[in-house]
Amino acid sequence: MYTEKVMDHFENPRNVGELSNADGIGQVGNPTCGDIMKIFIKVDGDGGERISDIKFKTFGCGAAIATSSMVTELVKGKTIDEALSISNKTVAEALDGLPPQKMHCSNLAADALHTAIKDYKDKKYAE
Amino acid sequence: MRRVYLDHSATTPVCPEVAEEMYKYITGNYGNPTSVHYYGRQVRNAVEEAREKVAASIGANAKEIVFTSGGTESDNMAVHGIVYTNKNKGNHIITSAVEHHAVLNMVQALEKEGFDITVLPVDQYGMVNPEDVRNAITGNTILVSIMHANNEIGTIQPVEEISKITREHGIPFHIDAVQSFGKIPVNVDDLGADLLTISGHKVYAPKGIGALYVRKGTRWKQTLFHGGAQERLRRAGTENVPGIIAMGKACELAVADLQEESDHLRKLRDAVIEKVLNKIEHVRLTGHPAERIPGHASFCFEFIEGESMLLSLDMKGIAASSGSACTSGSLEPSHVLLATGIPHEVAHGSIRTSFGKDNTLDDVEYFVETMQSIVERLRSMSPIDQDFDSTCASCKEGKSCHA
Repeated sequence: MYTEKVMDHFENPRNVGELSNADGIGQVGNPTCGDIMKIFIKVDGDGGERISDIKFKTFGCGAAIATSSMVTELVKGKTIDEALSISNKTVAEALDGLPPQKMHCSNLAADALHTAIKDYKDKKYAE
Repeated sequence: MRRVYLDHSATTPVCPEVAEEMYKYITGNYGNPTSVHYYGRQVRNAVEEAREKVAASIGANAKEIVFTSGGTESDNMAVHGIVYTNKNKGNHIITSAVEHHAVLNMVQALEKEGFDITVLPVDQYGMVNPEDVRNAITGNTILVSIMHANNEIGTIQPVEEISKITREHGIPFHIDAVQSFGKIPVNVDDLGADLLTISGHKVYAPKGIGALYVRKGTRWKQTLFHGGAQERLRRAGTENVPGIIAMGKACELAVADLQEESDHLRKLRDAVIEKVLNKIEHVRLTGHPAERIPGHASFCFEFIEGESMLLSLDMKGIAASSGSACTSGSLEPSHVLLATGIPHEVAHGSIRTSFGKDNTLDDVEYFVETMQSIVERLRSMSPIDQDFDSTCASCKEGKSCHA
């Protein structure tokens, strides 16, 4: 039911964990729905804003874990603008697709990323 | 890779004696039992012998057995048949919140047709209170349908007590015994069943064969199939002869091996429950701690999700199942777990192990060891723990969520 890429990211997830000095944190979903994704980003301001480090923690099914892992891989080192262009669909495509029933409930990693970027921007703006 | 099958409540392997008996009716004895000629007669006799064996295994008379395609068909035929045959007497059906979908979705369909449905609640162990059955009965009640043992949590229902109540009121009582048959004694008189469902593939026969017991004198007609006069007008369609032969043999063996099998399964069940609860933190046993079928151990592992656990187990060669939303094919976790009062977020972390005759204590060890490292890994990746404040505020999928 899952592609090899999904299984690879589920079995060997990239960038699992938390960033204690995160510049932005984004969380979507809730435990009642069965999926929570939490993304931590570190933004390097020199020479344009780049995501210099990213980590995730996820509660959810195989697809939820794989999409979280994939999104961190896709945006690490990218500029904020580049990261904002990544959608849930981009993540699913990078994994060679997800089963149809997983497209909505478990494919929220890009949303978590966008929420983390918003958090970063809000904090920066507040300064 | 080592492979360990712990999903016998889903299905069982066909045992060699059953396969051997059945094989003759796939390759050699191919006649249609309705035919008058030699080929037909030869098969007819075998079908009737199988019916005797199935009947004997549940303390019934052969004439009270109808062969079906399995548990779902038997459940559907039982409920629909009773309701349609007795609708001049009333329109009220009583069932429970933890029934299999084959009963629950059937009664929901009947509700749309105008029948009144009472779905009884269960306690924290998934058990129906017989007094609730008594209190739900009205002058219009024409059927009570309660399962013997639950597939997801293993709880054995007090069907003997419920049948005393239905008898007092003269209401037909259907028992879905798919999960209990072959594991604990199932005798239609002792249980007080008017109709009873069993399935072949849960007891080492192949998929696609089941039986419905209908007590002699029960006002029941087959109302779903329209066709030939097979099964004495109770199930149209050419008989699944190889399946019937296999079912006969499997039932014969199930009864002969019952004591040995249930002792063996109980030992494995008790071992896995004891080890999981002792070695892993934040785990709950689901279903009744004592009144549960042998070989069935179901849990909820908190802070992690069922499908992730199943995938991880599968990578280590272990086959189990879960009632999480991701595995139920809907956005909701198992209706059974929710009915026992387990919160949504915990129900997502359910894992069921169900043992069979070929499993060993070594399999239990392997499962528990593997599960320990899986739980540790998934929890290290999970943003939630016992301190997590779960609110729906940040959830984008709120519209599809009924919590």
